This record gives sequence, structure tokens and C-alpha cells, in this order.
Amino acid sequence: MNRLVLNKIVMILSTISAFIGLGFLFWILITLSYKGIASIHLSTFTKDLVEGGIRNLLVGQFTMALIATVIAVPLGVLAGIYLREYGHGSKFASVTRTLSDVMTSAPSIVIGVFVFALMVDPVGSFNGWAGIVALAIMMIPIIIGTTDNMLALVPQELREAGIALGGSKHKIIVQIVLKAAKVGVTTGILLSFARIIGETAPLLFTSANNQFFTMDLSDQFPSLTVSIYNLATYPDAESRELAWAASFILTMIVLLINLLGRYFTRNKH
Amino acid sequence: MGGQLFKNFSFLSATLAFFMLVGIFSVLFNLAQESLYTFGFDFLYTEIWEPGEDDEGGIFGGYIPVVGTLLSTLIAMILATPIAMGIAIFLTEIAPDKIVKPFGVAIELLAAIPSIIYGMWGLFYFAPIVQSIFGGNGVGLLTAGIVLAIMVIPFMAAITRDSMNTTPDVLKESAYAIGATKFEVIKDVVMPYSKGGIIGSIILSLGRALGETMAVAFLIGSVMSIPNKITDPTTSIPVLLANNFAEAQDLELSSMYYLALILFVVSFSVIALAKFYFLGRKKH
Repeated sequence: MNRLVLNKIVMILSTISAFIGLGFLFWILITLSYKGIASIHLSTFTKDLVEGGIRNLLVGQFTMALIATVIAVPLGVLAGIYLREYGHGSKFASVTRTLSDVMTSAPSIVIGVFVFALMVDPVGSFNGWAGIVALAIMMIPIIIGTTDNMLALVPQELREAGIALGGSKHKIIVQIVLKAAKVGVTTGILLSFARIIGETAPLLFTSANNQFFTMDLSDQFPSLTVSIYNLATYPDAESRELAWAASFILTMIVLLINLLGRYFTRNKH
Repeated sequence: MGGQLFKNFSFLSATLAFFMLVGIFSVLFNLAQESLYTFGFDFLYTEIWEPGEDDEGGIFGGYIPVVGTLLSTLIAMILATPIAMGIAIFLTEIAPDKIVKPFGVAIELLAAIPSIIYGMWGLFYFAPIVQSIFGGNGVGLLTAGIVLAIMVIPFMAAITRDSMNTTPDVLKESAYAIGATKFEVIKDVVMPYSKGGIIGSIILSLGRALGETMAVAFLIGSVMSIPNKITDPTTSIPVLLANNFAEAQDLELSSMYYLALILFVVSFSVIALAKFYFLGRKKH
């Protein structure tokens, strides 16, 4: 075959692939908006699941994700600091780095099973805390990775300047290095939050779900994602509509946080 | 002293990743013991999943979910790999600069959509299409495989694109200078240069696809039977866990832990292979 023709064919196929990818994004977003917006009413936000709304589910999902973030951020950022600032170059750091990297892709359902064994089975009932721990376990490795990478972008000269001023190591890290990497680290946290707010599998048998409004984390806890899974499989039209409404709202939240993260880092890299 | 305390806390946090991995493995292994002792490795070849009378004993085998997991992943990889490569080539070599940025963002947003949304969409919009073209019930191996492919494409494309981007321009320009076409530059310069990253991205996506739960749960049919045709419903390890784990007791529960252990070990090995061997870590 003529090499110019072959070149043309491959270029066209690649372009088609790109448009297939884009096509699916729009197909999903359009059907989601179409079905979702039609199913949203004011009562969707003011009533709880038991009355056909998602108020308790939104509050529950955010409560668990936020508390998980509060737990995961200090641990993840500190670990990232250790890997880059203290242990860099050591065998321990490079092994830990890879293990944590592997953890970011670990099957989320297995994390759910693990937390079930630790926190649900022993107490005999699903509870919000178990859901929080499962989400935190998913989040920590992601934050370790982004913190580590963002600290690596801080110029070595800044650290040296700190040393020249007689700063102690931890002061330099906190007041200079971390400050310089602030935007990147925050974006990492934001994106990891976007990832866990949409998770279902780790919550299925940890927090499970609750039809009623509750803030009691020792009880079954309302979850938006678990509810979508349940509602979608019910045969009645109202449940399905609610599932679409919930899916649309969830997707908008996740995509908005993602775009926000991208906006913060628009001038970097 | 504050400095030492800070260092110690950082160190403890860094050991967390290690403890989480060891913790998950030992907890799963421990709770799978009963099933491990009863069925051993025959577990993998046994097609039966049947609780005994009064929930005593019973026979449990992981063959069906294991096969379902492997087949749905295989379908996904066959479909996703060429398209992801095409997207990466488009973004690195073809698209004009103005388009690259928004296109890249769009593809990454596709990766950010929660998997349960893919499941919802797949069940109500995609399954009927698959049904009208290929027959069957709509839900089954093929539908699960295709939607799984759509989910891993952006992920695979992003990593492939990053590693293709590391090819030095000088190399490409030299090839162009001696009259190579774009395709020849990609085939003979870019591909060989970023081979490790490309293979790594494929294996990593495979690891992700193996453990994907929610989208597959909507679409694979969740039936404990061996698929005879590609459109037949079956189940996978994550799906069986998602639907039946919480109700299982005794030996059945232990067998569920056994399945979770298999999934964890396999996906860990696959992902570790990709990260350690092919992708390495970017040296800074």
C-alpha cells in the first residue's frame, strides 16, 4: 500500500477514535441532563428518601466524604512530606511510594469488604463511621501521591534559601516548601474529594443506606450513591426518576469540583 | 522538640500505605481460611455455588465469577486499546494546539464520571442498543464489556498520551526531515520510545477493569451461570460481592472473602507489574 495512503488512513482512524471518546461524553451528559432535569422538583431537595426526595442522601454523602477528608488530608499530606522531604532517595521511600501508588488503583469493593470485616461485623450493624473509614482509605494514597509530586516541583533553591536563613528543617517544610506547593496540594485534595464523593462500592456494606435523615454515625447512614443503585433496580417509575435526578446532581457535583481543580492549576505545568 | 515530633508523625503517616496493604491482605486471608481449607484450589474450578441445608456447609466454587471477571475484562481491553491509542495519537500528533487542551480536558472529565453513572446510563440507554444489534437480554457479558471499555478508554488514553509526549521533538524532527510520514514517525519513533509507558497503561487499565464494580453490576446480569454466548448474562467477582456479600453467612461468607482475596491479589499483582516494571515513577 502507498505509504501516504496508509498515513492518511491511520490519521483518520485516530481522529475518529478521539471523536468516539468525545461522543460518549456528550451522549452520557445529554441523556443524564435530559432525564435528570425532568425529574428534579423542589421537593427533591426538601424531602428525604422515605418521602421521595434526596435531602438526607445529599447530607449523608457529604458528611461522610467531608469527615473522610478531614481524616485523610493530614495523614496523606504528612506522608507525602515524609516521602519527598525526609526519606527521599531512601529504599523505604521508594517502596512506600510504589505501594501507595498501587493502592490508588486497588479495587474499591475490596476496601469495602476489608472495612466490613473490621468495623461492621464486630459491632453487628452497618454504620456511618465504617463508610467514612472506607472512603478515607481510598483517599489517603491519592493525597500521598499528589502531595509528593507537588513538593517535587518546588525548586531546590527555595529550600537552600531557608537553610541559609538558619531555618530548622520542619520550619522550612511548613513555611516555605508547603507554602510554595499550596495550590497543587489543594488541587490534589479537591480532586481526591471529587473521586470519593461519587464512590458506591466501598459504601455498600459499610455505611449501607438509610431512608431517613440522621446524623448518628453509629447507625446505618444515608448515601446518595448506594440509593441510586437501589432505586435504579426498583420497577416503579418514581424510583427510577429519583435515581436519574440523583445521578444528574451527583455528576454535576463531581464535574464541577474537577473543573474547579483544573481552574486553580490552569497556569501551572 | 517540635521538629523531631513533626518528622516522626510524617514517618508514621508514610507507613500507613504499607499497613493498609498488609492489613487488607491479612484480614482477607484470615477470614477466607475456612473456605480455603474446605475447598483449597479446587475452588477455582468449581462451578457450584450452593448453600447447604439450614445454612450448614454447602459447596462454593468461584469458577463462574472468575470467568465472568476475566471475560468482561478481556472484551473491554480488546475494544478499549485501539481507541485509546487513537485518542493518544490524535492528541499528541494530529490535533492543532487550540483543540488539544479542551479535548484533553473533555477526555479527562469522562474519566471523572462516577462508575455508577456509567451503570445507570448503560442499563437504560446502551443495553437496549446492544440488544437490538446482537440479540439477547440487553444485559450480559458484551454490554458489560463495552461499557467497561468506555470507562477505561480515557484512563488509558491519558497515560499513553503522557508517555508519548515524552518523546524528544529532535527525534521526531529528524525523522520528518528524512521524509517520514506522520504514521511512520509514530510507528518508528514515538511508539518505540514510549513503549514501556504504553504497555504500562494497558496493563494498568486491565487492573482497573478487573476490580470495577458498579458499572458491571448494572450490566452483567448478575446470574450465577456460565455464559455460552457473548450476550449471555453471568456475574463477576466484584458484582457477586456487591450483591451477596452482606447477606452471606459462615462458609458462604468465608468463600466471599476468598473471592475478595483472589481479586485483591490478582489486581495488586497486575497494577504493581504495570507501575514497577513499565511505568516506573517519574524521576524528579
